[in-house]
Amino acid sequence: MYSQILSIIKKEIKLEWRNKTAFNSVLLYLVSTIFICYLSFNVKSGQIQIVTWNALFWIIIVFANINGVAKSFLQEGEGRMLYYYTLCKPQVILSGKLIFNTILSVLIAFTGFVVYAVILGNPVGNLGYFILTIFLASIGFAGILTLVSGIVSKANNSTTLLAILSFPILIPVLLLTVNLSKNAIDGIDVALMNEKLLTLLSVDAIVIATAYLLFPFIWRN
Amino acid sequence: MRKSWWKILGVFIIFYTLIAGLLMEAPRLAILNETIRAMHFHVPMWFGMVIMLTASVVFSIRYLRTGNLKYDTYAIELVNTSILFGLLGLATGMIWAHYTWGEAWSGDPKQNASAIGMLIYFAYILLRNSITDRQQKAKISSVYNIFAYATLIPLLFILPRLTDSLHPGNGGNPGFNAYELDGRLRMIFYPAVIGWTLLGIWFTELRIRITILKNKIDEQD
Repeated sequence: MYSQILSIIKKEIKLEWRNKTAFNSVLLYLVSTIFICYLSFNVKSGQIQIVTWNALFWIIIVFANINGVAKSFLQEGEGRMLYYYTLCKPQVILSGKLIFNTILSVLIAFTGFVVYAVILGNPVGNLGYFILTIFLASIGFAGILTLVSGIVSKANNSTTLLAILSFPILIPVLLLTVNLSKNAIDGIDVALMNEKLLTLLSVDAIVIATAYLLFPFIWRN
Repeated sequence: MRKSWWKILGVFIIFYTLIAGLLMEAPRLAILNETIRAMHFHVPMWFGMVIMLTASVVFSIRYLRTGNLKYDTYAIELVNTSILFGLLGLATGMIWAHYTWGEAWSGDPKQNASAIGMLIYFAYILLRNSITDRQQKAKISSVYNIFAYATLIPLLFILPRLTDSLHPGNGGNPGFNAYELDGRLRMIFYPAVIGWTLLGIWFTELRIRITILKNKIDEQD
């Protein structure tokens, strides 16, 4: 079972490495969005207000995630899905996709953060906590988007539907994240934030647990 | 469910709460004053909505376990009625907030969360409309329904508690449970919850019967 999961992840990475579409396009998307923000806010580095900085950052990351992560099931053809179905259990497929998407999502968020910090300035006070927030948020985003992408791959006019379906479900994770990262930027004492961090962690756990419970049903038809 | 006693009971209770809620004596609370009466009409909408959404998720789970399309019809019609209740809840809340908070939309966390909840269920209906195959529609939308509910619960019940809300009973605002246990309000409020929920179930039952009849006619053609 573990070897199966591993080989799915390997296959995803290889596929990604060969045509480099998903990650590169997301990278370009990130850089151009951040640059547009920079130009349209007309700011010198470090002059943007912290609340705006924070909100803008997470909006950009969410959109980049929707573009990058959510493709995971959409790019699979009908025939290949059937092929996987004969090979292994749905949980294995989900685990593989989930782990790959989490890696991708974390990568997107960190690259986004670096580019964003360089162009728009970096006001983060508590860097360790900010990175932890990014990490937990990416897990949540990846979990939600993987399942929704699985759902959407069964419907027609998928791409529009994907954004509509995933947005409202992403909001709980997003709200917590924006809140946490605002605290991390302000450098508030760690002891005061643990409660919220745990809440985010438990929301992630809920999302992933429901994804595991529900995925076999989408996979079956 | 075919008996009529509960329908009569529901209508009777609603008439009782209409008369009692508007005419009977209400406690004088700071800020709220007479607007406390809005509680008998606003809060039961949310109770009814959450009760019916929970029932809808139960039916979605039952559909996934049994594959009986009847349960899927129950789930969607319950969601339809919940959306009606949710919209009424938002509307009554906004009217009340206009006079008590000064603005119809004042960015209160609970208000925002319920608006997002509405978005989630609009997306659910959209998803249903975009799949043509009956079985697949039922399966995919059941999965989405359960997933949406799992993220709606933290949104409605956990996140607003982490921040201060303007709602009565939160953050030191005078409310119903906070420090004065007022029997006069409870006498009207609890029956109101039951009455509106019964009315909602009646709506749903009618819609379910219409849908089942329509399906029968479609099969004959």
